[in-house]
Amino acid sequence: MALQSLDIIRRSATTTPSPGQRQTPEVAKLIDISKCIGCKACQVACMEWNDTRDDIGTNHGVLDNPLDLTENSWTVMRYAEVETERGLEWLIRKDGCMHCANPGCLKACPAPGAVVQYSNGIVDFHEENCIGCGYCITGCPFNIPRLSKKDSKVYKCTLCSDRVAVGLEPACVKTCPTGAIVFGTKEDMIRHAEERVRELTERGFAKAGIYDPQGVGGTHVIYVLQHADKPEAYCGLPRNPSIGPMVDLWKGAAKPVATLGLAMVAVGAFCHYVTKGPNEVSEEIEKEFEDEK
Amino acid sequence: MKNDPKKILRYTPFERANHWLSAITFILLAISGLAFFHPAFYPLTQLFGGGVWTRILHPFIGAAMAISFGVMFFSYRKLNVITPTDKEWLKHVREVVDGDDRNMPEAEKFNGGQKLMFWLLVGCMALLILSGIVIWRAYFAFLFPAAVIRLASVVHAVAATIMIALIIFHIYAAIWTKESIDAMLYGWVRRPWAKQHHPAWFRQMMGGDK
Ligand code: HEM
Ligand code: SF4
Repeated sequence: MALQSLDIIRRSATTTPSPGQRQTPEVAKLIDISKCIGCKACQVACMEWNDTRDDIGTNHGVLDNPLDLTENSWTVMRYAEVETERGLEWLIRKDGCMHCANPGCLKACPAPGAVVQYSNGIVDFHEENCIGCGYCITGCPFNIPRLSKKDSKVYKCTLCSDRVAVGLEPACVKTCPTGAIVFGTKEDMIRHAEERVRELTERGFAKAGIYDPQGVGGTHVIYVLQHADKPEAYCGLPRNPSIGPMVDLWKGAAKPVATLGLAMVAVGAFCHYVTKGPNEVSEEIEKEFEDEK
Repeated sequence: MKNDPKKILRYTPFERANHWLSAITFILLAISGLAFFHPAFYPLTQLFGGGVWTRILHPFIGAAMAISFGVMFFSYRKLNVITPTDKEWLKHVREVVDGDDRNMPEAEKFNGGQKLMFWLLVGCMALLILSGIVIWRAYFAFLFPAAVIRLASVVHAVAATIMIALIIFHIYAAIWTKESIDAMLYGWVRRPWAKQHHPAWFRQMMGGDK
């Protein structure tokens, strides 16, 4: 979808405002891991709606298939068998773009308008502007974008921005048979999640909680975790994701300052020439050689 | 042109060709790199046929420059060893900048400032090559963990900024010091020029003392 949606709040590599007159409510997808049975219907629905097909892979002896996100698999189920105080638990996490309020991909991207953020919070790639450099992959704290080998553009979950724009819920939400994935305004989703956490706590999951990491300004995909004290147990969900000091340094205020610095070197050189004049061979030495002739 | 038989050869045709190969590839790298550096420069991608082509070409031009610069490094590294005289020269650099080099220690083929520039450029180039490979998404980046790629991105941008500043300075020094561009274009320099700017080298070329 192009800028014509008129609800863009941020564009990559752009220093002027984006067309953003339309105001849409902030949305969120809530993934309740305690309700997920790992059936992968969402994974299938995602490919079905988006018309992507992954290569047929090989059996690695685990349920994870494909083993990782790809340019065709924008969401994958990750299965962790974990020993907790409750015994052996199967923690199944639907992985995919978290749609950060403060997206590292958008910050890192050098191509104007290749990454956009809508006022509803969805972070989307506009592949027509993508140059395939992979900076977004470097900037992402969740390791989500994948560069296509076919067309050298990056792809990831769009949170079905096309469906959401016309009032539908994302394909994965629509298909989930247990109601583990729900979609609505962020406010409603937080309230819903809080209720679920209360229920889980009553059922003995003392450390149940919401995963809506503030290091990236909160996300528009949030999890209910049975063990919110151990996010890493969910196949390496980062505890405190943030854009991080390196990417901040790389993409922050240093660049305009460096640009100014370069301009100053050139201006300084010019001023030197104007005030001191050229560095020529002295009359004295010229004379020495003339006399010789 | 060597219309004066008493002129001195400063750079061979091969050295000159290679220097200009480095110069051209450097300019192309600086322009294409800056295009990704800040949105203000993004329109420069048009010079390379758009953003995608700029992304494809930049690292290959970098590889070409790495070879050309590498040849320069090996041919000039001995001439750029910094001696105590060079250190003395650098201590008095203000006088040169002010336009009075009468009391400067005698420079060899390269003066202390040029030698310092040489080593700074070598350092930047080494960093750019190493970090450039790490962030080359199409062929190499998948070999490295995210933390290394992030560090390399910073290193590449910082080294590029420093190197561009050094080269602006280098180009200015060449414009400021009259006749030195001729040396790199045609190879031969007049003896007064050699005696003025590189007295120790001049004596050596004349086969002894003068
Ligand atoms: C020596 C080999 C070099 C290699 C392999 C290399 C490779 C790269 C790569 C892969 C990128 C990322 C963008 C892209 O995909 O094109 C990049 C960016 C960049 N390069 Fe190079 N490069 C090299 C040399 C240079 C040199 C000599 C300069 C200095 C003029 C330079 C300046 C830049 C700049 C300014 C950026 C943008 C950095 C940023 O936005 O953080 N590169 N380079
Ligand atoms: S790969 Fe595309 S979307 Fe990602 S940073 Fe580069 S231009 Fe932007």
